[in-house]
Amino acid sequence: MAKILMKGNEAVAEAAIRSGCRLYFAYPITPQSELIEYMARMMPKVNGVFLQAESEVAAINMVYGAAGCGKRVMTSSSSPGISLKMEGISYLAGAQLPCVIINVQRGGPGLGDIQPAQGDYFQATKGGGHGDYRLIVMAPSSVQEFADMASQAFDLADKYLNPVMILADGMLGQMMEPVEFKTPKTDAEIADMWLQHKSWCIQPNEDGDKKHHHEINSLEIDPVMLEKHVNKLYEKYAVIEKNELSFEKYNISDDNEILCVAWGTASRVVKSAINEVKAQGKSVGLIRPINVWPFPYEDLCKAIGPNVKKVYVFELNTGQMLDDVKIAVAGKVPVDFWGKVGGVVFTPAEIKEKLEQALKE
Amino acid sequence: MQVIATRPEALTDVPFTYCPGCLHGVAHRLVAEAIDEHGLINKMMGVAPVGCSVFAYKFFNMDMAEAAHGRAPAVATGMKRARPDMHVFTYQGDGDLAAIGTAEIVHAANRGEHMSVFFVNNAIYGMTGGQMAPTTLPEMKTTTSPYGRKTDDVGFPIRVCELLDTLVAPYYIERVSLLSPADILKAKKAVSKAIKYNKEGRGFTFVELISTCPTNWGLDPLKSRDWAKEHMLPFFKPGCLRDKGAE
Repeated sequence: MAKILMKGNEAVAEAAIRSGCRLYFAYPITPQSELIEYMARMMPKVNGVFLQAESEVAAINMVYGAAGCGKRVMTSSSSPGISLKMEGISYLAGAQLPCVIINVQRGGPGLGDIQPAQGDYFQATKGGGHGDYRLIVMAPSSVQEFADMASQAFDLADKYLNPVMILADGMLGQMMEPVEFKTPKTDAEIADMWLQHKSWCIQPNEDGDKKHHHEINSLEIDPVMLEKHVNKLYEKYAVIEKNELSFEKYNISDDNEILCVAWGTASRVVKSAINEVKAQGKSVGLIRPINVWPFPYEDLCKAIGPNVKKVYVFELNTGQMLDDVKIAVAGKVPVDFWGKVGGVVFTPAEIKEKLEQALKE
Repeated sequence: MQVIATRPEALTDVPFTYCPGCLHGVAHRLVAEAIDEHGLINKMMGVAPVGCSVFAYKFFNMDMAEAAHGRAPAVATGMKRARPDMHVFTYQGDGDLAAIGTAEIVHAANRGEHMSVFFVNNAIYGMTGGQMAPTTLPEMKTTTSPYGRKTDDVGFPIRVCELLDTLVAPYYIERVSLLSPADILKAKKAVSKAIKYNKEGRGFTFVELISTCPTNWGLDPLKSRDWAKEHMLPFFKPGCLRDKGAE
């Protein structure tokens, strides 16, 4: 199929529809508006449900209801709106419901601004909502990857019965790049998708069947029973941590003098800077976590070559993934950080300057 | 031996968890009887709230979802949109529906969302121990209005039926009470009508059931009913506010 030039917000919406998503609930917010608008245009054409909710709180609870019926369902928002969804995300995780949530991050805290930022890493990977739970969190760095993650996210959500978040940013949402889409699922395939969830999801009782009574629920008033439930969730999370690590190695070699770690949009700028110092005969590698939860702690540690003097973390925040990198490096070499905030995106020249300084140290 | 009364098919045999004298059991039974009456047992799905009836998902004998506090109409919207071949109801209390869930109920009603909402109003937060509700009456004492509800400070009780009656889309809105056998029979008719309209795909149907809370009101069950008749019914007047099916 030919490549199409498209904004990330529209590409991920198209990819979600092709992956069999026929239910979408959301509330408008910049810089993800093209996503909700694309869904408003396209869902009726595939006999899908598009509903503009009265709030992000309502939207995520509509997702809860639809996911409880075992159907592929998605919502999207940007940072302040994702904060509102956190209540529902905790319930979705507790009730083990599959769904996809897209966060096109903007500057914060508070109302912040509408420029690209990576300030929601903690919120996405360390909780955000209440209680012991984990989200699978995927962080794209190109429009193509953003689109590809839609189908991967639905597959992971269905496989693990867990919400999956795609943690993009305003840059990826607004930027146009060529993108190639997968063949859409057929109507017949989509109609049967919920059957994988038949053992637990809301559905009619067929006459003559043994009557089922399925409960979509995160309440367990008996502490011993809740302990069992949370431990069961943690067993699931351990399997995800083992199976779903995803990261990119860029220019990793034994010659590396610096190992950079960056994710999403930030990693693209870092790659440009690495190429520039490479032209000057200096070797700098990059580990880019693609899934930021689960985080590739061991693989990151293994990527520290014999000549690496420093691990250098670059983020569009004040140092959030930095904590995970420090856990991974475990004091083996010094870890340094530089970031830009407020929706200001660093340039390759700025990163190059930071790398050159570090190479001289 | 002749069976003259039995549990509705739409209720499980899980024992209720309600206080002695509580009317939730009556309200549950009315909803279940209406589901049986209209033959919807195999196609109905329900949403339980947060509050005293939080365990309603265990009591109704069909697939059920437990919603976050106030979010039942949004959850039911997602369920109905995902399963248009089925029918859905929510069962909510006054704290859940008229305070934290105000946006969700108003907008579900405004969309004419295809659901039946059963709203149990006893003017207090029961489960959390008797705090002031949006429906608490003026000067009524609760644990968070220990000197009585002061209307110049926290306003007046919200009349939800009247509020929803300002919207164009709702199909049926009625307020009934559960305070006497005669009232319960009227309530049964209203609940049945809501489920009937739901079955027929008419849109949004809403029944408010005026109830009591003997435990948190500090009154015995019979005195609670007298108190509700004297104090609640003048403010929350029973009656049908909207019935597009009768027009």
